[in-house]
Amino acid sequence: MISSIDIQHVKSEFPIFDREIQPGSPIIYLDSAATSQKPRQVIEAITNYYEQSNANIHRGIHKLAEEATKAYESARARIGNFIGARSQREIIFTRNTTESINLVARSWGKANLQPGDTILLTEMEHHSNIVPWQQLAQEIGLNLAFVNVLDNGQIDLEDYHSLLEREPRLVGFTHMSNMLGTINPVADMTRAAHAAGAIVIVDGAQSVPHFPVNVLELDIDFLAFSAHKMCGPTGIGVLYGREELLEEMPPFLGGGDMIKRVELTEFTTNSLPYKFEAGTPAIEAGIGFGAAVEFLESVGMENIRLHEQELTAYALDRLEEVPGVRVYGPAADQKGGVMSFSFEGVHPHDVAQILDSLSIAVRAGHHCAMPLHEKFHLPATTRASFYLYTDKSEIDRLIEGLYKVKEIFN
Amino acid sequence: MDDLYRELIIDRYKNPQLQGSMDPHDYSYEDDNPLCGDRIRIDVRVDQEGTVTEALFSGEGCAISQASADLLVESIIGKNLDEVKKLSTEHILELLGIQLGPVRIKCALLSLKVLKAGVYGLEELEEELL
Repeated sequence: MISSIDIQHVKSEFPIFDREIQPGSPIIYLDSAATSQKPRQVIEAITNYYEQSNANIHRGIHKLAEEATKAYESARARIGNFIGARSQREIIFTRNTTESINLVARSWGKANLQPGDTILLTEMEHHSNIVPWQQLAQEIGLNLAFVNVLDNGQIDLEDYHSLLEREPRLVGFTHMSNMLGTINPVADMTRAAHAAGAIVIVDGAQSVPHFPVNVLELDIDFLAFSAHKMCGPTGIGVLYGREELLEEMPPFLGGGDMIKRVELTEFTTNSLPYKFEAGTPAIEAGIGFGAAVEFLESVGMENIRLHEQELTAYALDRLEEVPGVRVYGPAADQKGGVMSFSFEGVHPHDVAQILDSLSIAVRAGHHCAMPLHEKFHLPATTRASFYLYTDKSEIDRLIEGLYKVKEIFN
Repeated sequence: MDDLYRELIIDRYKNPQLQGSMDPHDYSYEDDNPLCGDRIRIDVRVDQEGTVTEALFSGEGCAISQASADLLVESIIGKNLDEVKKLSTEHILELLGIQLGPVRIKCALLSLKVLKAGVYGLEELEEELL
């Protein structure tokens, strides 16, 4: 099969792969669901900003401030275009996916929800799409309902449709599970939620980096995602929101930049998207985010999707051949490049530690999905996750590593 | 790795020497690390002078946490409670014979935390660890 990606070329764009963790052995990085590695052009965009254009943005009337503002705002426009937003006013910069979801909970939630209202989530949510709603529920007295996850790792759509009959005001779900890799049928779920009268927030932390996501085609009201999982820097994320919704929402944090005018006892809010962006943002991170999207576009999101599909199918086949290994989640055609597995008789920490000694980076723990682990009766799992720079030989090394684990613990 | 997974650790993980629970006991405590699911309970019996006569552990978790519990429990039999209260991180690392990074050291120290919480009272313990 001809790969959709020139993997050697892609890899060469990431300086970290030049590093030898142990003499002669570069890192085999299988932890991209936690954070991705960064290509040279992102690192250079950040360095270049600091070396050439460092200044605070938006109101400066000097050369550097103008350059910095232009770079930051063109990153916003590029990101908006990347996810199919109608306007860059719909792209709010936050710190990360978590803050984006909190923004919706605190601003939209507080303004629109009444005691007794229901919020519908799923059992496969990351803690970031559970805890903000728990906090809000405690504060104003909401009901939280959770859609069942089937043993095969897919959303129980029957349960979903029946829970929608409770007329939730808001439905929140992940586009792709960070533990199971399940890719949810967002368009169908969104349509059903809207028909039931709900607003939809989608956690795109694991989807936007890995395959094309278009907010209009999927009819998403709010989409949250982070730069650092998609080749960009930490410290910046996005909340996409439909403009009509954002217009009606009260501001989130108060301070500079989010105001049009301030008097001693009152303020007028700024227009979108600045209304939700108080204080000096992570300017270099925003610029780096733009460079990351440019990089992903140059490879092509459809190519990345195909590449990862191939890796996922290959990894599932190979993992299943290792005695004692059990992978959780759906079949390859429903699943992104996230392999959470248990190893009979060996704790995930021990698996990860032995793999680390072979320069293979995986994650061990509950991956911020404790309720989901509880559901599958697992204290923790080992997770290997892939990205555009992962190749099959690295999956082969992972398998060899797992045989080594087996040998040590026989 | 061959360092970290010394034969002793794997052996104690697979064939613990002092696994079990005792009722009645003089001291018993259980705690877990919810982040990784390691869980340890330690039961202790002492004589009138406060010397540990019997000690057992039970629980589940990674090789480091379970082996360290087994070795720790073994090491306190015959010790006075005053000595037990003085046991430090170094004691566990000496028993294991390895050095551990910041994440894995929590696995190794869970048993010490449980033991001390049992014989000492948890509040005092936290003060001491601070």
